[in-house]
Amino acid sequence: MFDIDKWQEIFSTIKKNKLRTFLTGFSVAWGIFMLIILLGSGRGLENGVRKQFEQDATNSIWVYRGQTSVPYKGLKPGRQIRFTNEDYNYTKKNNSNIENLSARLNVWRQRNLSYKSEYGNYDIVSVHPGTRALENIKIIEGRFLNNIDINESRKVVAISLVVKNALFKDEEALGKYLKINNIPFKVIGLFEDGSERDNQRVYIPVSAAQKIFTGGIEINNLAFTAGNADAAESIKIEDEIRAQFANRHNFDKNDQRAIYINNNVEEYKKFMNLFAGIRIFVWIIGVGTIIAGIVGVSNIMLIVVKERTKEIGIRKAIGATPQSIIGLILLESIAITAFAGYVGLVLGVGLLELISPHVQSDFFLNPEADFRIAVSATILLIISGTLAGFVPARKAAAIKPIDALRDE
Amino acid sequence: MNMIKLQGLHKSYNTGNNKLHVLKGLDLKIEQGELVSIMGSSGSGKSTLLNVLGILDSYDSGYYHLNDTLMSNLSEKKAAHYRNNMIGFVFQSFNLISFKNAMENVALPLYYQGVSRKKRNKIAMGYLEKMGLTAWAEHMPNELSGGQKQRVAIARALISNPKVILADEPTGALDSATSLEVMDLLREINRSGITILIVTHEKDISERTDRIIHLKDGIIESEFISKN
Repeated sequence: MFDIDKWQEIFSTIKKNKLRTFLTGFSVAWGIFMLIILLGSGRGLENGVRKQFEQDATNSIWVYRGQTSVPYKGLKPGRQIRFTNEDYNYTKKNNSNIENLSARLNVWRQRNLSYKSEYGNYDIVSVHPGTRALENIKIIEGRFLNNIDINESRKVVAISLVVKNALFKDEEALGKYLKINNIPFKVIGLFEDGSERDNQRVYIPVSAAQKIFTGGIEINNLAFTAGNADAAESIKIEDEIRAQFANRHNFDKNDQRAIYINNNVEEYKKFMNLFAGIRIFVWIIGVGTIIAGIVGVSNIMLIVVKERTKEIGIRKAIGATPQSIIGLILLESIAITAFAGYVGLVLGVGLLELISPHVQSDFFLNPEADFRIAVSATILLIISGTLAGFVPARKAAAIKPIDALRDE
Repeated sequence: MNMIKLQGLHKSYNTGNNKLHVLKGLDLKIEQGELVSIMGSSGSGKSTLLNVLGILDSYDSGYYHLNDTLMSNLSEKKAAHYRNNMIGFVFQSFNLISFKNAMENVALPLYYQGVSRKKRNKIAMGYLEKMGLTAWAEHMPNELSGGQKQRVAIARALISNPKVILADEPTGALDSATSLEVMDLLREINRSGITILIVTHEKDISERTDRIIHLKDGIIESEFISKN
């Protein structure tokens, strides 16, 4: 393979036929270019959607209230289902396979937040400590709510960086008292959330919210994470939870509208499967494009062999072995394919790098072709070069010098 | 010592349904150092004979000994090896590789012997010098005159130190003055001990060889020892 003379032979041939070589290489470069762009875009889409999911825990399951839609045990349909602390306690006690269970009670926006002379309207969400994992919250400073805060109904609040910057400006917020509807809450932590919307809020203990703002023991919804459950297991958990609620709230467990369950495990897995599918699809298209390139190269190499019949005949007459002729054609094919492919690779990656900063959106992020793709593409190129050169090389080796030299 | 020895050599081609019997039992002996011309009209089988002698083509029956080695049932690789080491070809249309300069063309047989580029180019320059073409070493074939091209081709035939040079109408594409120059060159090479076989249909060319063999319908019709 590293016979310098052979390469010099090939380079001198390529140099003497620049246009032909360029045309040969172009189809391959184009194929690889398209493959990289497709794979990069697929990756961008995947990154975008993955980020959307990762704003919350990807294994979270959310339970929301609904209205019964079928009669059950003499009860009329259309009945509102209401969640209370009972639901939280019962779910916690009877389901050992769930983690980070948290109730949620929204104290809506009309509640004003103020610190000194600064005012603002933000979502006041009262929760259990499990919400930290459920919302995939990043604590910047201090801490999130804990069980003691819940048990003692402490008037404490975790605020987002956005809220802190709006109300406290440059002042240190930790330990200060933030007034929520004129009631002072002690700031215990600063957090950041991947989602813009979720940064427009503060978290307080659900027990404190019930005592101070809503009264009673009602909650809006429940959420928890399903550990390492796969899609099927998560559906089982979902079914169990639904059955328990049906039993407690007297509705038909097949009534899909009495409560709503949003199963992110299943959704996430679905999306990941979708992307695996897209990746395979893109590879099929890409490889198809490259095969078109290979056929192009093969075609042109066949013409090259035809064109060089006489030259090959001369070479054979002066002592070239069939192997050396095969090597010559094959290596030329591989050299052209690999070089052209590499150019396509660089152009593709370059274009992705270039457009990447300009196409960031919620569902499209960091289109990129990583090292693994580059390596696979390189291997693919060498294989394609060999394939493309194989038939022409065999044809060249079969040339009989007398036939080649006769056409005078 | 017989450089070339043919005994009862037969060769025929299949052309569709017909079998064309070209060589019909040739017997021929050529000593080492001879300068022989083979004459014959077209269809006499002289080209076929040259192809067989040059191991470019196989034969059906009989024996062909080259330098006392029987040439039969050779693999492509083996045939290439013998062509490379034993035989130098000179063609009517020169058959230089158009995208290689004179020096590279001359050096090519050594490439197939695995000689390094530097070394083979140096040897090639030596042969070009003998041909008086040093100044033309870097020129492409299409920049050379017919006589110069043929001299490059002869240098290429010589570079691998062959036992035999087979020349197929070496002057066919040259004017008469240049033809004579080329013949003088071949004679000079012959004097160094290399056996030369020239296929030609020109009488004045064949008269400059030592021995003239007339071929007709696949057999040797007559044979003379030339006057010079």
